[in-house]
Amino acid sequence: MLMNDINIHMIEEKTKNIENFTVVKNEGDLDHKIVTKKVNVFYDNFQALKNISMQIQPFSVTALIGPSGCGKSTYLRIFNRMNDYIEGYRLEGDVIIDGEDINSEKIILEKLRKDVGMVFQKPNPFPKSIFDNVAYGLKIQGVKDKSFLHERVVSSLKQVVLWDEVKDDLKKNALALSGGQQQRLCIARTLAVEPNIILMDEPTSALDPISTGKIEELIFELKNEYTIIIVTHNMQQAGRVSDRTAFFYLGELIEEGATKDIFINPQNERTENYITGRFG
Amino acid sequence: MLAIEAFKFFSEVSIVEFLTGTEWTPLFTKKRFGILPLLSGTLLTSFIAILVALPIGLAIAIYLSEYAPKRFRQYVKPSLEMLAAVPTVVYGFFALTVVTPFLQMLIPGMSGFNSLSAGFVMGIMIIPIISSLSEDALNAVPYSLREASYGMGSTRFQTAIRVTVPAASSGIVVSVILAISRAIGETMIVAIAAGQQPRFTFNPLVPIETLTAYIVQVSLGDVPHNSLEYRTIFAAGITLFVVTFILNSISHWLKNKYREKYE
Amino acid sequence: MNRVKINRLKDKLFLTAGVFSTFIGLVLLTIFIGNILIEGLPRLSWKFLINLPSRLPEKAGIYTALMGSIWVLFLTAIIAFPIGIAAGVYLEEYAKKGWLSKVFEVNISNLAGVPSIIYGLLGLEIFARVMHMGSSVLAGSLTLALLILPIIIVATRESIKAVPQSLRDASYALGASKWQTIYNQVVPASFGGILTGVILALSRAIGEAAPLIVVGALAYVPFAPSTPMDEFSVLPIQIFNWISRPQHGFITNAAAAIVILLVLTFAMNGIAIYMRNRWQKKVAW
Repeated sequence: MLMNDINIHMIEEKTKNIENFTVVKNEGDLDHKIVTKKVNVFYDNFQALKNISMQIQPFSVTALIGPSGCGKSTYLRIFNRMNDYIEGYRLEGDVIIDGEDINSEKIILEKLRKDVGMVFQKPNPFPKSIFDNVAYGLKIQGVKDKSFLHERVVSSLKQVVLWDEVKDDLKKNALALSGGQQQRLCIARTLAVEPNIILMDEPTSALDPISTGKIEELIFELKNEYTIIIVTHNMQQAGRVSDRTAFFYLGELIEEGATKDIFINPQNERTENYITGRFG
Repeated sequence: MLAIEAFKFFSEVSIVEFLTGTEWTPLFTKKRFGILPLLSGTLLTSFIAILVALPIGLAIAIYLSEYAPKRFRQYVKPSLEMLAAVPTVVYGFFALTVVTPFLQMLIPGMSGFNSLSAGFVMGIMIIPIISSLSEDALNAVPYSLREASYGMGSTRFQTAIRVTVPAASSGIVVSVILAISRAIGETMIVAIAAGQQPRFTFNPLVPIETLTAYIVQVSLGDVPHNSLEYRTIFAAGITLFVVTFILNSISHWLKNKYREKYE
Repeated sequence: MNRVKINRLKDKLFLTAGVFSTFIGLVLLTIFIGNILIEGLPRLSWKFLINLPSRLPEKAGIYTALMGSIWVLFLTAIIAFPIGIAAGVYLEEYAKKGWLSKVFEVNISNLAGVPSIIYGLLGLEIFARVMHMGSSVLAGSLTLALLILPIIIVATRESIKAVPQSLRDASYALGASKWQTIYNQVVPASFGGILTGVILALSRAIGEAAPLIVVGALAYVPFAPSTPMDEFSVLPIQIFNWISRPQHGFITNAAAAIVILLVLTFAMNGIAIYMRNRWQKKVAW
């Protein structure tokens, strides 16, 4: 009833603005934030991802777990198309965000990356001041209004609970911060451009336990406003932080479901072996 | 870009190409073949330079990579690079005012302009080329090779000359070729100290003229454009260019072959 | 037993030979420079700097040559700096890997090996004659700019290579375009290295005589240049000229001028090395 009304409305919208919507596969896509359908990824002749189909809900945290080299990072990177720079990269299948196929020709890459932000494993602040780091994303879009920039920088830093620690000297070089602070800065930098999806590639693996804890708290908070996908090697972290978990092995999606279910009652034997530590 | 250069040269000289074969004799009356006196001058000075630079440069390279403690290397390398940073006119000055009088003491009857002093000083100038590149080549030899040799009871010296140097030989040869190329192209030292008398000889004690010094000599005078004299400097230039180009290409080719070995 | 002893002896001998070799070059250089200082320092005076060249050694000064050098250096820097950096950035960031870029690579390293005098011939033909610049400061500067261009390009490329990929990733992930990333992150991060390369290249240019002589820099110039189209002389050429004169007074002059030249050259090298060290600290990841 309600669903159908919404669907009909959306179909009407579609037919009206056929140029604006790039490729919508079918209405069901709009129910989920992110959908992948039969995605295969190749680097020249090597197949990194095999037939992955998955759906991700808005305002949730999804953890991708699995042994090294099994395609988790590759999978993460298809959402902001960071793999595009790698020679020999080829993607088959559909990747759909908010109902739009992000690999279609009509997508503007820079805009996609504004909406889908990324935090890397090793903190990589620019060798500039704290302020310039957070403001960078806005400046490259042409934002020049100083007060607007300042406001956004302050609110982003507050969001990541870094503001109090750095408010006295925003001109300080970002490289002078500690590892944990740098990573929070990188998150602030990503938040400043107001994405709605945040991709995190093992964001705490290079940090000490205390910083890790702070960032996990942060992720928990951010869940209320953003859709988050996080790759992690640390299963306890996946358990602490995520709503749903997907287990990858050798490029295949073995199992995916609510985190509780995966950890307490895995369906697949390989999942169970990985979780219980029989292989890592 | 190289093609453009060659083209410019040829557009200048090719008109004269036929003429240079025979016309040269008036300018260099000593020999029929024309360019030979200048070539011999260039080769003689470069040869002396290498005689000086090769043993010293190689010894330095071996010493630094096989014997010397790391700290020492750190301080010595920059100072060797200083040798290469000195402008060549300054070296020319040394050659004329210090080396020549000194050699004249040792070898009475040596003329004020000669290729020995010039060659000697050029040699000093190119030592860093040989020492630096050879040292890099020696360092690139994996330590395991040396270990095998030490393990059998060899001294450092034996290991160095029997194992490491042969292994790095292509890199060392590259450095020598580049040094030769540099010596051949050197202008000021020879212009100042070697003389301006083209002479087909291999006697290091008499004045001669090199390809490069000839070009300078003509340029300093008043030479009308489009005259034969003007074109001869381009002929000399092309000869010089061809020789150095061949040398550089050989070294480049060798360097690539050598890279394949270690990767 | 005897064998071993002989080998150890050889080893020790070589050790001595090695140390000796290492120092001999420097020792000789010290002797040379000492000689120059002894000859030249007394001659240095304010008048020496200001005077114009003259027939009388006591009256001659390096003013015109010094001014010429400064003019040439300045113009060369203006020309070579932007072109070199742009070429370096283009080659490193934009040129597709393929046979075309391989051709460039080979060409650039070959260009670096070309004797400087050949650049002079090139400059003479192209700039002085074909482009009707005559034997002017401009022609000389363009020639020198060509000479040092490969050095700058290589330095730029090396500095850019040293910028870590993580920096570029972060920029792209925020939605920056390739040009924005290069302009805002890569070039500023590599700038120290680029500048070092430029200064080293210029310190080489200041000591060059041969190419400029060929282009037509004069050995006896009674006036300092006032426009880029004027005739000129530079310090190394003045030194060369004085060395060629028979009077001993000129030898002394040459020594003094060399002192100035060396001071300038080593100062530039020193600045470059200092900058290299500072830059390496600032961009440490």
